[in-house]
Amino acid sequence: MPEFRMPSLGADMTAGTLLEWLVHEGDPVHRGDVVAVVDTDKAAIEVECFEDGVVDRLLVQPGQKVPVGAALASIRAGEGAVAALETGPAPLETAAAPLEAPAPAGPLVTSPLVRRLAAERGLDLAAVPATGTGGVVHRRDLPQAPAPRTGRVAHRRESVRASPLARRLAAAGGLDLAEIGPGAKDGTVHAADVRRALAGHPTAEPTRAAAPTRPARTAPAARGEAMRRAIGELMERSNREIPHYYLTQSVDLAAAMAWLHQRNRELPVTQRLLPAALLLAATAQAAAQVPQLNGHWRDGGFAPSSTVELGTVVSLRGGGILVPVVHDVANRSVVELMAAARDLAERARAGRLRSSDLRPASLTVSNLGEQGVDSVLGVIHPPQVAMVGFGTVQERPWAVDGLLGVRPVVVVSLAADHRASDGAVGARLLHRIDRLLQRPEEL
Amino acid sequence: MKPEQARAVLNQALLDIVPDALPEALPDDADLRQELELDSLDFVELVERLSARLGARIEEDDYPQLRTMGSAVAFLAGRSEPAARRRSS
Repeated sequence: MPEFRMPSLGADMTAGTLLEWLVHEGDPVHRGDVVAVVDTDKAAIEVECFEDGVVDRLLVQPGQKVPVGAALASIRAGEGAVAALETGPAPLETAAAPLEAPAPAGPLVTSPLVRRLAAERGLDLAAVPATGTGGVVHRRDLPQAPAPRTGRVAHRRESVRASPLARRLAAAGGLDLAEIGPGAKDGTVHAADVRRALAGHPTAEPTRAAAPTRPARTAPAARGEAMRRAIGELMERSNREIPHYYLTQSVDLAAAMAWLHQRNRELPVTQRLLPAALLLAATAQAAAQVPQLNGHWRDGGFAPSSTVELGTVVSLRGGGILVPVVHDVANRSVVELMAAARDLAERARAGRLRSSDLRPASLTVSNLGEQGVDSVLGVIHPPQVAMVGFGTVQERPWAVDGLLGVRPVVVVSLAADHRASDGAVGARLLHRIDRLLQRPEEL
Repeated sequence: MKPEQARAVLNQALLDIVPDALPEALPDDADLRQELELDSLDFVELVERLSARLGARIEEDDYPQLRTMGSAVAFLAGRSEPAARRRSS
């Protein structure tokens, strides 16, 4: 019988805490359904199911912390399947032995779903008696809980189409998106619609500052500490185990920027491209051409990845980083890549990542262009064997054909694992990135 | 669009992106990206929202005019008022 297991949601995750089940035993589930909410040390993540079938048994209770790979539930595939014997999970810490850090911060430790439901019903989570470990409020604690639904429970919130910002605003203001109704002709609830509704809503939050619309900024200190620790442990391991070598190369972006400028005149404003999209595209194609740097170091050897799964470092406004992954990058157009990267960054910052966004990366890119630095000498995220960094695109004097001109220039850097490759291979990757960026129309 | 309307449109767009901002408190010479800590993605979103509100494309060449509160208000006011209407009024 297939098992639904604790997924690895990032290289720095060794265990996760089940916050909430979104399905019941006996519910049918489909591949891609969000069936549970899991807390890594860095964020609460909506976890998708990888099987079609029926939930047979839920093996882990909310509040339990179990290692990556532990069975969370058994799934019966199709009809006629028979319930098989299950060995219990191996909880690291059970409900009786609560997790170390989470202070009884009450509503702050609840799952996104509970926060959303509470907001929709205008409930103050601090006033809800919590039954979960460490004062965690579960969905069952909320008064007026709707009758348990079977079927594709997790897709319920998709019934109202709304922009992410509209969702955040509505949740912050205690409004039900379904009651607001779309104001625009496209049938989608936009932030402006929510603001209009909020203006005439009696229970709306009176102060904007109090609205938790940017969770990263208002994240509790405990979350910040846990994230710091998770990043620290991974980086410590990286520096302890990986013999890094570093290479940098300055790349003339005149052709790339001109192409981008031209494309942006043709594309709808909603698809406007940023230089970062080209840099990601070039990195992905170069990585596909230099497979020695695209993959994982496992059991004393290098295992190349058949696709380029590009981890993109997103720095959160309140501090810390998340590294969501753009799937199969080498086969996507620049426009698709831009949309994907933008969507991931927005959801990472809004605390709305899903397990599929955190699948294992085969290579990570750190773009510190926003920070005004010249270059990035990164720390590899094990088990990957390389990290590509981009500094700020800056106007620089540049010699072309014996003449000095001023060009937009970016320093591309590579940190690579000397166990898996040598400098010549690393140099080849940087040269490929350079060459690809000279012919942006082919990306 | 009168400057007051343009300012209201700009304030709303900024609030949609940075909900805890106080755009009405920003002086005219305030650099939007610096004051509100907008990164490139935020700025692209601002351009998208303003374009939608104007009903006209804002090109990359226009970005310098969106640098400060004052220059952005002037740009929006000027952009949304066709020459014909300006003559007839």
